[in-house]
Amino acid sequence: MASTTAPSRNGPAGRQDTPPPHAHPSGPSVRRSRLHRWDTKGTPYALVAPFFLVFAAFGLFPLLYTGWLSFHRVSLYNVDRAEWVGLRNYTDLFTGQVSHYFWNALLNTFTLGVLSTVPQLLMALGLAHLLNYRLRARGFLRTALLAPYATSVAAATLVFALIFSPEGGMANWFLGLFGAGPVHWEAGRLSSQFAISVIVTWRWTGYNALIYLAAMQAVPRELYEAAALDGASRWQQFLHVTVPALKPTILFTVIVSTIGATQLFGEPYLFGGQSGHQGGTDHQYETLGILMYDQGFHSSMLGRASAVAWIMFGLLLLIGLVNALITRRLRASQ
Amino acid sequence: MTTTAPVSDRPHRTATRPSVRAGRAGGQHRAGPLAHIVLGLAALASLFPLYWTLVAASTDSHAVVSSPPPMLPGGNLFENLTYVWHNAGGRGMGVALLNSTLVAGAVTVTTVTFSVLAGFAFAKLRFRGKKVMLGLVLSTLAVPAQLSVVPLFILTKNLGLGNHLGALILPVLVTAFGVFFMRQFLSQALPTELLEAARVDGANSLRVIWHVVFPVARPAMTVLGMLTFVQSWNDFLWPIIVMNGSTNPTVQVALAGLGTGWSTDWSVITAGALMGTLPLLLVFALFGRHIVGGITQGAIKG
Repeated sequence: MASTTAPSRNGPAGRQDTPPPHAHPSGPSVRRSRLHRWDTKGTPYALVAPFFLVFAAFGLFPLLYTGWLSFHRVSLYNVDRAEWVGLRNYTDLFTGQVSHYFWNALLNTFTLGVLSTVPQLLMALGLAHLLNYRLRARGFLRTALLAPYATSVAAATLVFALIFSPEGGMANWFLGLFGAGPVHWEAGRLSSQFAISVIVTWRWTGYNALIYLAAMQAVPRELYEAAALDGASRWQQFLHVTVPALKPTILFTVIVSTIGATQLFGEPYLFGGQSGHQGGTDHQYETLGILMYDQGFHSSMLGRASAVAWIMFGLLLLIGLVNALITRRLRASQ
Repeated sequence: MTTTAPVSDRPHRTATRPSVRAGRAGGQHRAGPLAHIVLGLAALASLFPLYWTLVAASTDSHAVVSSPPPMLPGGNLFENLTYVWHNAGGRGMGVALLNSTLVAGAVTVTTVTFSVLAGFAFAKLRFRGKKVMLGLVLSTLAVPAQLSVVPLFILTKNLGLGNHLGALILPVLVTAFGVFFMRQFLSQALPTELLEAARVDGANSLRVIWHVVFPVARPAMTVLGMLTFVQSWNDFLWPIIVMNGSTNPTVQVALAGLGTGWSTDWSVITAGALMGTLPLLLVFALFGRHIVGGITQGAIKG
């Protein structure tokens, strides 16, 4: 844009109505020029201002305020009184009275994260590969695979809670067809986390498959042709051409899914249904997100909840760091 | 860093010479029966839970948990939906649907508008501090909602917004994702010559934005609008905290109340899930192609 500001020195209006030579210097032309300069200099900031105002008020300020709160004791019912407790909230979580719940939630977040992202992304990669063939009904298949994305966490979790219900649930009926005994899905640690992973996987596999598909379509055809000339089978082409070309995209989906898994909340919140305890009666599928909610909005310990939030933030920063390192290595190897 | 090159939606139909056919991969091979079967099963797995929601919602409290489970819709759908319409979430699903529509609609309009403006500035204008600011936008993409809910809760309490829809709209007036999405789109789709031509004609920034930027951005606005609407409609953590037990619930809050509270009748609960999902599925049936296209074009940022 700066290139267009050059004529403004002589007045932007000069093109059509050149002022007569005896025109007064402070005439309309100069005023318009000043206006124009203000326009080109100030407009960019005006355009990005709404985002940064919203970010400052509802992103940055709360982030810092959460950090400040994590060193205080704050009650849910008297939010304006904060009592300084130093590192107490953190030591409570790491070694103190709630440390059992904290380490349990951290472990659950990790196992649920692995269970719900690894199979999901592998399936998405496979499905994308198949979707990349010439297909009948390709539009229908793509839209069908994306339909779960339009279903909310709440609706999906309620329906799957019924499917995995111990009384008359479809999952147990299905197992029964093969002679396998009924499973009390919600009660067990592994079985409940498996069921929750199914919900996450159901909702997000199609979405990730489409992202992979887009990246696959951008792979230059010549690469495949060269590989085929070298005698590579389709499977070898997939392994040695498609997957390497998709590395940045795969890394991106891994990061996004990991961030999502770290924050997992809706599914474990609702999966227990009427049992009344979010995360399971024995905390068998309580995540860090649930622990934060539980500490803050059930136990009225807003300071401790803030400490959990900042620990999650630290985990995400760690993930970001690992991401940056891997990206750098990928770049270097290319 | 970013690959948003528009990808062709169809495999190129080049001449089919047998000698080259062996070398064809990806989009060129015709899929065999096995690929069709696997994809068909995946589509079935995606759609079956939705179909089964409809079936369960049309049964009664006994039939829904019978073994073998019902596979065809029963005759109770209308009764269950009416019950949910009047009773879910305190004042009924009708209020919740209206609230969710208002919130998601407002958030969509502001997010799309502000994202186009900021995205345009980042894509095409020169200004001091641009690189740093764009970096800031990108770094906020990964800040989780959990980090802000406690202060936001305190803030809304102090502002007296506790039961107010504004509490759900204000924090998400514009998102980093939207700004970035629009920047990616506009830096490719908006020719710099077009802007310069408009400038030479004496148009000020406001006119340029209104007459050049917005028309060019329209396809991306549709995609971002739908992604934002879906996301806002399905938002869960913050509404649960600020609207829990409220007389002014969104659909998700009403559904959460339905699933964890007073009803143990699964046919009623699934009727609620059906009613809360139907509007989005309708949008999806009408515009699903655009969403699919949007994800395959804009959402890749590796």
